Formats: sequence, C-alpha cells, structure tokens
Amino acid sequence: MRAPGGPDARIGDVLLSVENVSLSFGGVKAISDVSLDIRKGEIRAIIGPNGAGKTSMLNVINGFYTPQRGRITFRGQTRSKMRPHEAAEGGIARTFQNVALFRGMSALDNIMAGRTLKMHKNLFWQLLRWGPAMAEEVAHRREVEEIIDFLKIQDIRRVPVGRLPYGLQKRVELGRALAMEPDLLLLDEPMAGMNLEEKEDMSRYILDANEHFGTTIALIEHDMGVVMDLSDRVVVLDHGIKIADGTPAEVKNDQAVIDAYLGVAH
Amino acid sequence: MADNAAGVADTFPKLLLRNAERFRSLPAMRHKDLGIWFTWTWAQMRDEVRAFSVGLMELGLRRGDKIAIIGKNKPRLYWAMCAAQALGAVPVPIYADSVADEMAYVIEHSEATFAIAEDQEQVDKLLSIADRLTHIRMTLYDELRGLRDYDHAHMMSIDDVQKIGRDKLASDPGALAQWQAEVDKGSASDLAIILYTSGTTGRPKGVMLSNANVMISADNGNKFDNLTEKDSVIAYLPIAWVGDHIFSYAQSYMAGYCVSCPEAAETVTEDRREIGTTYAFAPPRIYENLITLTMVRMADASRLKKAMFDYFIEHARKWGEKILNKEPVPLGARIIYGLGEFLVYGPLKNRFGISKVRIGYTAGEAIGPEIFRFFRSLGINLKQLYGQTEASVYITAQPDGEIYADTVGKPNIDVEVKVSPDGEVLFRSPGVFQGYYKDPEKTAEVKTPDGWVHTGDAGFMDEKSGHLKIIDRAKDVGRLNDGTLFAPKYIENKLKFFPNIREAVAYGDKRDFVCVMLNIDLTAVSSWAERNGVVYASYQELASHPRVYDLLRGHVEEVNRSLAEEKVMAGAQIRRFLILHKELDADDGELTRTLKVRRGFIADRYEPLIKGLYEGASEVDIATEVTFEDGRKGTLGARVRIADVMPMPAAPMEKAA
Repeated sequence: MRAPGGPDARIGDVLLSVENVSLSFGGVKAISDVSLDIRKGEIRAIIGPNGAGKTSMLNVINGFYTPQRGRITFRGQTRSKMRPHEAAEGGIARTFQNVALFRGMSALDNIMAGRTLKMHKNLFWQLLRWGPAMAEEVAHRREVEEIIDFLKIQDIRRVPVGRLPYGLQKRVELGRALAMEPDLLLLDEPMAGMNLEEKEDMSRYILDANEHFGTTIALIEHDMGVVMDLSDRVVVLDHGIKIADGTPAEVKNDQAVIDAYLGVAH
Repeated sequence: MADNAAGVADTFPKLLLRNAERFRSLPAMRHKDLGIWFTWTWAQMRDEVRAFSVGLMELGLRRGDKIAIIGKNKPRLYWAMCAAQALGAVPVPIYADSVADEMAYVIEHSEATFAIAEDQEQVDKLLSIADRLTHIRMTLYDELRGLRDYDHAHMMSIDDVQKIGRDKLASDPGALAQWQAEVDKGSASDLAIILYTSGTTGRPKGVMLSNANVMISADNGNKFDNLTEKDSVIAYLPIAWVGDHIFSYAQSYMAGYCVSCPEAAETVTEDRREIGTTYAFAPPRIYENLITLTMVRMADASRLKKAMFDYFIEHARKWGEKILNKEPVPLGARIIYGLGEFLVYGPLKNRFGISKVRIGYTAGEAIGPEIFRFFRSLGINLKQLYGQTEASVYITAQPDGEIYADTVGKPNIDVEVKVSPDGEVLFRSPGVFQGYYKDPEKTAEVKTPDGWVHTGDAGFMDEKSGHLKIIDRAKDVGRLNDGTLFAPKYIENKLKFFPNIREAVAYGDKRDFVCVMLNIDLTAVSSWAERNGVVYASYQELASHPRVYDLLRGHVEEVNRSLAEEKVMAGAQIRRFLILHKELDADDGELTRTLKVRRGFIADRYEPLIKGLYEGASEVDIATEVTFEDGRKGTLGARVRIADVMPMPAAPMEKAA
C-alpha cells in the first residue's frame, strides 16, 4: 500500500523504455504503436481485458517475440531484436502464466537452477564438484537459502515441486526468478487461480521483494484490487492499443478504461 | 565487585552466570536459520544476554519495569527475558497470534515500558494500537525484514541494542561491575515473570510468579524425570504459555540442557528429527496429527508394506505397552517386537522425530486413549500431566511405570492435592503464584489465606491407583434430578474419541437422565459408508441414515460401559441420543472460536430437539437458520430421529454394521 503522491525515493531513472512498438501475427495485430517506460525500483502493472496484448508485451520485453516495428531501450542499450537468453543474461527474469518448473526436482534445486547464469566454473569443475566449484556452490546456496527464508518455504525445501499445491508452486517460481537477481522481473499473472489468502501472501512477497532486494517489477494481473494496491504506475492496453497510463488513481477514473472494462462498443 | 557472584544462584541471571562457568562449552541454545543450525554455548549465551542487558540498561530499563515480549520461539526473545531479569525488570510474554486488541489490553494493563517484537507482523500490530499504549517508550525488534523504511524514532533492532551494550562494556571499565551489581540485587522472592492467561471468560489475568516459584517447580520437574544437561528439547509452543516457560526456559537454566528453536512453525517435525530431542511436550492434537499423517501415507503404500505395517502395529498394540512397563512378556512376543522395532517402529519414530525421546508429555486437554496407547505401544514413554499457570505448571504427573490412559497421575514433588466436598480439585505447592497482577479481588477468589488454590476443575482421586482423575470444569458439573453427578465434558470427550463422532453435546443438569446430540465426522463416516455400501446424497441424508444410527449407537453403548465402571459416574449413563442434521459451526455461534461447544446456546437454538429428547418422541421436525460462508442466511429444515440406548452395560452389544 503506497503512500499516495509525492516523489518516492525508491524510484529512479528509466530502466526500460518501449517506443512505438508494433507486433502482429499474420493479419492479427497484437500490439499497435505502443510506448511505455519502466523506472528503476518501481512496480509497474500492465492491465487490460482478455486479448489486449499484455502477455505479448511481456514477450516483447524479454525478447521472446521480435516486434516488427519500434525500439526497446534497456539499461541505456537500444535494440530491436534480442534472444531470451540474452535477456536473462542482461538481467531480465520472468515467471509464467502457467507454472513452468522442473516438477521432479525439489524446491531447493529449482531455485538453485535460477543461479545457473551466475555460476562461472566450467563443466569440468562442476562435474568434479570439488575445490573452487564447491566453494562457488556453497556461496550460491547461501543466496538461495536467503530467498527460501524470504519466501518462508523452509518446510518444502526438499519436496519435489510436482507434489506442492499450486499457490506454493507459484511461490517457488517467484523464488527461482529472484535467484537470478534480476534488474527487471516480469510476472505474468502471478496470482491467477489463487484464493484470497494466497493472493494476499503473494502480494506481500511482491512488495517485499521490491523493497528488500530493490527489484524493479512489471506485472500483468487481472485482480484490480491487487493492481491498485501494489503498483506505482499502471498502463492499460485494449486491443493492442495503449488507452491509459498513470498512477492507479488516475487510471481508475479514466473514462476510456472504464469503457474498456465495462465492454462499451468501440 | 567480583566477576563471580557469591552465594546461591536464586535468580535466572545468576543461574546463567553459574552455567557459563559450570557448562562453559556445552550448548545452551540452537537455532536453525538459512538451513543451518547455529549454536550458542552457555558461555556465549552469557555474553549475548549480558550485551543485551547492558544495552537495555543504557536505554533506561530500570528495576520493576515491565517489558512485553511478542513473538515465536526465537533465541533472542528468550535472551530478552533473562536480560530484563538481570536488571530486576519483569518480562511479560504475549502470544504471537493474539489480535491487536488483546495485545493492547495486556501491554497497557502490565504497564510495560518496552516492547520486544519478533518481526514486522508484530511491529505492525503494535503500531496499530500505538495510541492506546501510554507506557511504551520504545519498541525493539529481532528481524529487520520489511522494517527498513519505518520511522525509527522509537524503534531499534536488538542487534543495535546489543551493540550499545558491547560498546559500553568495552569503553567503560565500570559498566561490568555496575551490571553485576544489578544482578546481585535480585533475590528469590523477586517477581520473575507475569504470564497472562487467555481466559475463556472475561479479560486475561496476569499471573505473577516469583523466581522461587518458577525455579523450585522447574527443579522438582527435573528431579521427577531425571533431566540433566545431557537432555535436549525443541521450543515450539507459545512463549507466553507457562508450559513453554518452564520447559524451554526454567528447566533448561536449572538443568543446563540445550533448547533448540525451529526454523519455522512448519518445520518443527523435521527440525526435531535433526536434533534428536530427548524430552518432548505437546498438546494432544500434535500427536493426533502425527497418527493421521501416518495413516494417510500408509493408505498409499504398497500392499506388502501395508501388510507389514498392519501386522507389527497390531503386535505392538498387544505387547508394546507391557514391554515398556517392564511387565513379563513371552520371549516369542519380544523377538517379534524386536523385529518390528527394526522394520516399522524405529523408522516410524524416526519420521516423527522422536527416536530419542526419553520422556514425552501431553497436557492441556484430554488425550484419546487410543492415541495415547498407540505411542506407548511403539515404545515411547508418553505420559500425562496436569498443571496450571497458577501452579508454575506442575500439579500432578504420571510417574514412570504407573501410566493409565484416563488419569493425570500423582501429585508432583512438594505438591499437595485435595478434593473439596463439592468435587473441586485444590492444590498447594512452592509453585503457587503470588497473585493476579493488580487484581487482589480475583486473587482472593482463587487463593485461600493458607495457600490452597482452587483449580476450577472437578475431579476425584481414583481409589485403585491413587491417581487424580479430572472430569470437567467445576462450574459445568451438574447433578441429575436424583442427585447423581453429571460431568458433560467427561462424557463428551469419551464420545469424541471415536473417529466417527466429530462433536458431542451432553445434557443432564437438573434433568431426569442424560441425553446427547452428536455430529458425525464426515470424513470418517463417509469412508465407512463407502466401504459398507451405504448410499447417500448429502450430509443430512448420511446423518439420518438408520445404519449410521446403528454405528453410533455402538459407540454410545461403549461409552456407557466405561461410565458404568466408575462408581462416581455410573449413574450418569446416556439414555437417548440423536444425530444433528447439520455440523455445529462457529459461524452460527454454536462453537466458540476455539471450537468448544456452547452448550446453553445450542440448547436454546435446538429447543424442539431437547424437548423431543426428554419427552420421549422418536422423531422431531426442526427448521434451523444457517449462515453460509459468504454471510448469507438460509433455513435448513429436517426431521431428526431420536434413538434410545440401553443403560445396562452388561447387555449384549448390538454389533456395529
């Protein structure tokens, strides 16, 4: 729950900006000429009705889709094309609308997997699992344990994630994304299919991650209450077009947004 | 002043100093954090507590001040108690899950000047009631997480307090002596702690216990069970509860054993397994949960494993308790039991984390005899204990070798117990509390001038064993019209020990005979129905099914038989019963929030049923208003059958289908 108005010390310069991006699949226009920016340290929500182009936008940001037009600037570097692994190495992590974890592996191993990009010893040392590779693993394990402590999942550390209830799987997924120590964390519907209590928990973790690790977060969410409480700024998409952008209060009272959500004919 | 205090250790800080010398490098406390166990020896713990205490002194904590401690079992919260006691201040632990309103009452009533909170959750609660707390000068917290951006004008982390203490000790050569002088001023008769009891009625009362109260009781407990510095416990019950204060604080300081704090509430079983505790304490529901978890897992096990499990558990049921009680047992049975230990009991105990448990206690409420025997049959020395905050826990406990599922044992060392003519249990001991804080009237109601304390519980001394039996709260015990003693909870508990019965409400006070209303346990009964080809469409239909009535009649008769065995209770057998058409629910006001039945309310609400029970009807129509989870209200109509039960226990029992 953010204090309304006033400059927030948390929020810094623009971290990522999307300029005039358009994306289409054959004849279907998923995104048309959308510009938006994400500032360092903020929680930025992308909302809109079904098929508005929200997930497409996340996929453009992390390089999974290449837009036909427009520019993306991340940490001062402009590009029109990037591969997902480059995005990951560049400091963008994400979670998915459907849980995408290694089901047979424990929660601990799943989160450890998030550290892969941070491990520098080569395969030989890692297979040997001795000397410098061991020291490296111990250091990473410590980071991972911090995250386990942070997400309060100590009790499921050793449990294969396939056996966990959905709400906890989502939490492990968040843990794996945090383990990458991302500059920008993309959350695709982090609370889809959760009950009220699970949603409250997850909101708490998102806010805490933002505060504790200083992680910049962009999220897609349908629950308006959650969005309004969590985010610093909200961008609203409808049919691939940006129809509003501003603080939760501004967006809530925007006529175009009200129309889009109430389903008024265009 | 010298480093070593002369004389006897008659306060906890003095004990700490003594232990730091005597047990120097033995572990005093462990805490699992980030997946790793951290250990403090007695000498290290002394340094931590001293730094904390000197820090508090610098912040202005003075003799006689109260200090509220709110949170779960964390080393630094326990240290806070000793750090405060060293200065002659009195710790007031508060339940971590208490709502802000209760917290406000206790803090304000105790006039605490400092609050120690575990984490952001507790700090937020404190902030939400800040305007009502007129005495609190400063809040100290253990975990920084989430608190970084809070206004720190009246807030500080325990780390920082300890740093202040360490700096002071390093820079001022007189500081240590000054602190030691404060410790030396403490005496046995000083107030050690105020524990607020979560009263079921009215406001919580602050039970004042002196150093002598707590220390003598803890020492007697140690002697009763031969606890030494080689023992080990895990601290996981609320720190504001007298049981935890004795087991995880006082007895450890007296005997020198190590107290381990779990990583999280959910990891207790796992952590207990890693530590291998030797002394365990848990309310009955914890033991119930362990059994349920095992049974659920066994249901999924392979046929071979399941057959093996069933065979050896049955064998343990037959011989295990006898072996534990050192009774004569045939060699063959011993050999099979030994094999069972290797194949089933051992691994099972390891899973539960109780392989090394030498003494396990259950208390708080009555434990089901089946559950109690299950653990004993596995070779675990589980015992029952009866205690109260006002007694510094110990009133009675079961000595080794004298274990009966339905008694709470013999009076502890130095404890006298008597039963008043109207059936109430009274006790007198060195643990008897000083009084309720700022409430001499209530104190006088409970404590007689010659030191006896009214427990408020009704009970009697069992003639055969010389053990105490507790039957109910004294105020709930009534009489039938013919004068027979009627203890509703005693009867209800006996009924509830059957897995098929979820809830039972007994009536009989000022009536001719005893009647009960029952709630079936949907999980247990539906699984029974599935196995026995009973078809039903709804809870209501299942509850009113004639074969379910037969099933429950069997249980009621079983209860009657056990009542008939006790002289005091034999006259209060159940004559008629019915199965309610809906589950009793706290949302409808039928249960309290702690899930206790509200007998009077239920009697008013189901008045036609009560009438039917006592006027001999065999069927009653009733319409009940129910509240749905979303707050809407609706009406539930039903026809409830009433069944008669033979009071003669000798009569052949109707076989349950």
